[in-house]
Amino acid sequence: MIHRLDSHATHQYEGFKLRAGKPVPFGATLVPGGVNFSVYSRYADSCELVLFRKHEPEPFAAIPFFYEFCIGNVFAMVVFDLEYENIEYGYRMSGPWEPETGHRFDSSKILLDPYAKAIGGRDVWGKEPDWSDIFPHRSRVFFDDFDWENDTQLQIPFDDLVIYEMHVRNFTAHHSSSAKYPGTFSAVREKIPYLKSLGINCVELLPVHEFDEFENSRLSPVTGERLMNLWGYSNVGFFAPKAGYAATGKYGMQVDELKTTIKALHAAGIEVILDVVFNHTAEGNEQGPYISYRGIDNKSYYMLTPEGYYYNFSGCGNTLNCNNPIVRSMILDCLRYWVSDYHIDGFRFDLASILGRDQDGAPMNRPPLLETLAFDPILGKCKLIAEAWDAGGLYQVGSFPSWDRWAEWNGKYRDDMRRFLKGDAGIVPAVMHRLQGSPDLYQWQNRKTTASVNFITCHDGFTMMDLVSYNDKHNEANGENNADGSNDNSSWNCGAEGPAEEGEITDLRIRQVKNALTMLLVSSGTPMLLSGDEMGNSQSGNNNAYCQDNEISWLDWDLLKTHEEIFRYTKQMIAFRMKHAVLRKSTYVHHVHRDADVSWHGVKAWKPDASRESRSIAFMYSRRDKADEPDIYVALNMHWDCHGFELPAASAHAFWHVFANTSIRPPFDITDIGREIILENQQEFLVGPRSAAVLISKQV
Amino acid sequence: MELQLQMELVDGTAKILLGGKLDATNAPAFQEELKKLIGQDVTKIVFFSENLEYIASAGLRVMIFAKQRIGINAQVYLVGAQKPVLDVIKMSGLDTFMTIQETYNP
Repeated sequence: MIHRLDSHATHQYEGFKLRAGKPVPFGATLVPGGVNFSVYSRYADSCELVLFRKHEPEPFAAIPFFYEFCIGNVFAMVVFDLEYENIEYGYRMSGPWEPETGHRFDSSKILLDPYAKAIGGRDVWGKEPDWSDIFPHRSRVFFDDFDWENDTQLQIPFDDLVIYEMHVRNFTAHHSSSAKYPGTFSAVREKIPYLKSLGINCVELLPVHEFDEFENSRLSPVTGERLMNLWGYSNVGFFAPKAGYAATGKYGMQVDELKTTIKALHAAGIEVILDVVFNHTAEGNEQGPYISYRGIDNKSYYMLTPEGYYYNFSGCGNTLNCNNPIVRSMILDCLRYWVSDYHIDGFRFDLASILGRDQDGAPMNRPPLLETLAFDPILGKCKLIAEAWDAGGLYQVGSFPSWDRWAEWNGKYRDDMRRFLKGDAGIVPAVMHRLQGSPDLYQWQNRKTTASVNFITCHDGFTMMDLVSYNDKHNEANGENNADGSNDNSSWNCGAEGPAEEGEITDLRIRQVKNALTMLLVSSGTPMLLSGDEMGNSQSGNNNAYCQDNEISWLDWDLLKTHEEIFRYTKQMIAFRMKHAVLRKSTYVHHVHRDADVSWHGVKAWKPDASRESRSIAFMYSRRDKADEPDIYVALNMHWDCHGFELPAASAHAFWHVFANTSIRPPFDITDIGREIILENQQEFLVGPRSAAVLISKQV
Repeated sequence: MELQLQMELVDGTAKILLGGKLDATNAPAFQEELKKLIGQDVTKIVFFSENLEYIASAGLRVMIFAKQRIGINAQVYLVGAQKPVLDVIKMSGLDTFMTIQETYNP
């Protein structure tokens, strides 16, 4: 093969061999003999590449981009003969300092490459950084090759998905996890057999992009413990995985470790969805640090007030300017990268309503970014899930622009089901909608039930066990006088606040947890479980544990023994959902297809009671097209008294069998699939106080 | 520290003796050596690594390359590796294609 004409240097600068680079791809890319560096800025006058040896406090070189190395607004240059494994790089940009017009260039700051694929500086989780570092978050050059073998996105239909929302560190940081490398991607891989045994087929990871766990780090005035940014909803870099989540972070191999973990999850039939935070960055407001965007192109990257201050629709100091064409391109590049290089199956967009605001912050009708993502070919098989609200007051559950591609975290499902669970009056009509995949929200737009990601708990708020153990949040340890976190929890402590001696109260709590799991897993739409709820995990009433890198947040695996019955119940309910397709149908049953029908019942068959004082509802699924599929009858009695539910007749020659009944002690609370127990009385079923029951029809 | 490398092919078994550091500076030369094995009916690739002090991602990539290109059905052994080397390989999960042994036992 002959050598390329462009694989040798044309310029020299202080001993470095250089030539004009390629503007795309952006970032640092290995090319024959060297590294191609490309970065853009609309308003910068000039740019320097700054090179450090790994971990060294001072740079060993600063190489200007020559005039002929610039194309449009892009600075692009190849540097030959770099020991790329052992360097870190950044940029210094010169340009106007005019905050009132949006410019904040400062040529003394060394800036992270917005397209850095690996970032050094926080290589080991929680290791105290050198606070005098002039360049704390350092771009690194990385091999992007990986041996994926035959791996590809799993493309599990949305209908069949059971999502498990998980925080990489919390999942295994506790010593009880017995993980070899606790709190890491590697440990997630170790726990794959557990995830398989639970039966979920998708993990949704809280942010795994590089963030700074030391951002706003402080000592808790209550416990004296160091508070960290544990959740990571504050991006330093959008293209790089969190090094501190990798056991190999100290070796700079976080990219390989995450890819290996994804490959192994895929091999086990588990999809990977990433929680992505494009609404703001870790640079905060005017007082915040220069990490990258502020010094590279402040006016393009951020939404600014006419006076040049930062809009704060995110509640985190700044707002990324998502519908600026430059930022839009970066977000698209980023998601395409995660899909093509990491085989990611989907994304959940934090405070996604911000992505639909224009450059002045006003909500748009057809937001270009959301439309672009909906139709992008590389994202074509990706699941796109919106947290359909923001901190600026926009609430779009049921109205988020979808193009039949976007699903939503259904906040109304959470709120209504919680109120039903605790026995509020007047909620049954809403619950009927929620159980059916919220047709009131989605059917009128011809969307499917899977537009609704159903959840009762998520990382944000109480865990399931805390939902039934606390009336009020207990966030004192966060050091904000318990002012942080939601006050609107629709929770009920079952008779005593917090830990209680074993007895009636704890029994009721466990029953309530099972009731909630039953509702979630028989509802149409896509269910999402919060990691740990399957073993009754508690955060001691903290409903906003974003900063608690300790036992409050870490999953205690000994709970699997303590709450074996909750684990078994969850696992069996998931298996039941997987077994019976009618529970997973993505079309609305009444009006679209006649092959499956839902009928509503109450203490009297065929007579649901949706009146204000009603606290119970029952329903039956019957598939008319498939005679071999059973009918499924679910009774939800959230009233404090027991009630006899008159049963509708099962299909011809079939009899009602009990699959689950939360009022009964284990092991009879739930059966194995296929081992359901025939009912003696086929006319009426007694459902205990605050209990749920699931029956199926079978021939004898 | 330079990479020390010796390689011999006996009855379909490629025995590769590694010492020193294997990183981006010497991985290309290592890869060139391994390329000589392509098409030679190799059934076993054995990396004797007692004296290997350090391996970086570039070095690991060459081992994966060996698996892919020398013989997709060949068995790959990593023998006698020291803890720092083993740690990188196990933590990153890149050990799934190789048999790790303290002493060579085919």
